[in-house]
Amino acid sequence: MRLAARLDSKLPPRFVHSKFRPITSEPKALSLEGALQLLQQSGQALPVGHPVGSDAWLQSLIDGLCELSSRDALTGLANRRQFELTLASEVDRVARAGEPAMVLMIDIDHFKQVNDQHGHPAGDLVLKAVASSLRECIRPMDTVARYGGEEFAMILPNCGPSFGQAVAERIRAHVMASPIEILAGQRVAVTVSIGGAFAPQWVRSSALLWVERADQQLYRAKSAGRNRSCLEETQVSLVSPEERGLLFGTSQFQDLE
Amino acid sequence: MSRPANVMAVTSGKGGVGKTFLSANLAAALARRGERVLVLDADLGLANLDVVLNLQPRLTLHDVFTGAGALDDAILPAPGGFSVLLAGSGLIEYSRLTPQVREQLSEITQVLAPRYDRILIDTGAGISDVVLHAISLAGEVLVVATPEPTSMADAYATIKVLALQQQRRAIRLVVNQVSENGEGRTIRNQLQLVADRFVAPQLSPAGGPPLVIEFLGEIPIDSSVRDAVQRRSLLLESLPGSVAAQAILAIAARLAG
Repeated sequence: MRLAARLDSKLPPRFVHSKFRPITSEPKALSLEGALQLLQQSGQALPVGHPVGSDAWLQSLIDGLCELSSRDALTGLANRRQFELTLASEVDRVARAGEPAMVLMIDIDHFKQVNDQHGHPAGDLVLKAVASSLRECIRPMDTVARYGGEEFAMILPNCGPSFGQAVAERIRAHVMASPIEILAGQRVAVTVSIGGAFAPQWVRSSALLWVERADQQLYRAKSAGRNRSCLEETQVSLVSPEERGLLFGTSQFQDLE
Repeated sequence: MSRPANVMAVTSGKGGVGKTFLSANLAAALARRGERVLVLDADLGLANLDVVLNLQPRLTLHDVFTGAGALDDAILPAPGGFSVLLAGSGLIEYSRLTPQVREQLSEITQVLAPRYDRILIDTGAGISDVVLHAISLAGEVLVVATPEPTSMADAYATIKVLALQQQRRAIRLVVNQVSENGEGRTIRNQLQLVADRFVAPQLSPAGGPPLVIEFLGEIPIDSSVRDAVQRRSLLLESLPGSVAAQAILAIAARLAG
């Protein structure tokens, strides 16, 4: 506690490591009504099980607010802020590890027509339904976010060129095969166009450039007629299975990527 | 364009095999033999020579490129008795490097080559265009590999590309992190065997000089290396008696002829 106090006096709060206990303020001195209201309105669980004003109670309140500020209100997906945070740390990770990773930009085709023909509430239903279709396509380690408007984005760690196209196609087909009920008995089918780009191996990219490259592919998919996925072309392997076989003298390494 | 014979590119295909570690310590070993050595850090996307040497450069290659600093001011003395020109981290995604930056890198190499007995170019990992460009500036190439299959395959791919695209016929090899005596030479022989079978027939002109992988030496797995890296010091300075340091001195002796 004394250490935390000393650090606090020297450092702005954001530099205080999370393992240090915060200085407990008088809860009455803090205005928390707004925060509690926000959590309630968003359907987030309010902090329970801890005495009001305790450290644990405050922590769960803060956790709730963090969760809230990282989610898209309509779809419940990660929001753009959260996406950019995750992407920045993925950039750092793949640069040094040399592991593959893929970013997909996904845009609902002719979304404006849905809005124009069926109204904005129907548009919102479509956004929610596509969001939940996308969520069904990912692994726990992946991130799917609402990037803005009718555009979504995905970060897929450890997804390389050898199966990236299959992943993107599966997502596209899944959305197409999931009709959306916008009124009782009235269903619409929507499609998406998908653009994707892989992390450059052993090179530090930037979140901005990576998304830009995926966006270029999305543009290509749209121009080619929509309802399709286009991925940035990557260099094919320079080493053939025959060369690999001779290099390692046995067949035991042949299944290595 | 001429490739100065006293300029040697140190490259690896796969990252994380000790390329920068070897560049720095080899430079120190050559300096110890009385050579004037410069290490040019061309790992523009992911430079960490400054970390390996515990240097905090005021000016970097990036500043020279952008005109923010003079070339001579960016060359720093390093702890091992050699000089370094650090990349700086202002450059990202190799593919975005403009022709001007490539031209500047060539010019800088040409200007510096006569001033030193030897220049080592620490390239980035991978076989991207800019790594190949950095290698193309050098008269000699040293490929660093480890016995790990992915590293061997990437080393082979690098050798193949350099033979086919840059008409290299002599490529040097150092095998790092070997676990038994002679493992490095076995790997060299295996690489040569596969190159003879698959690369040689594609070389032009047919009947020209053969592609030769010259074995410069191996460096055993040695915990001293990790200790030195953690201390951010040169192995040759902090643990000169270690087996890995002795191996690097032997490599320098073979290189100096």
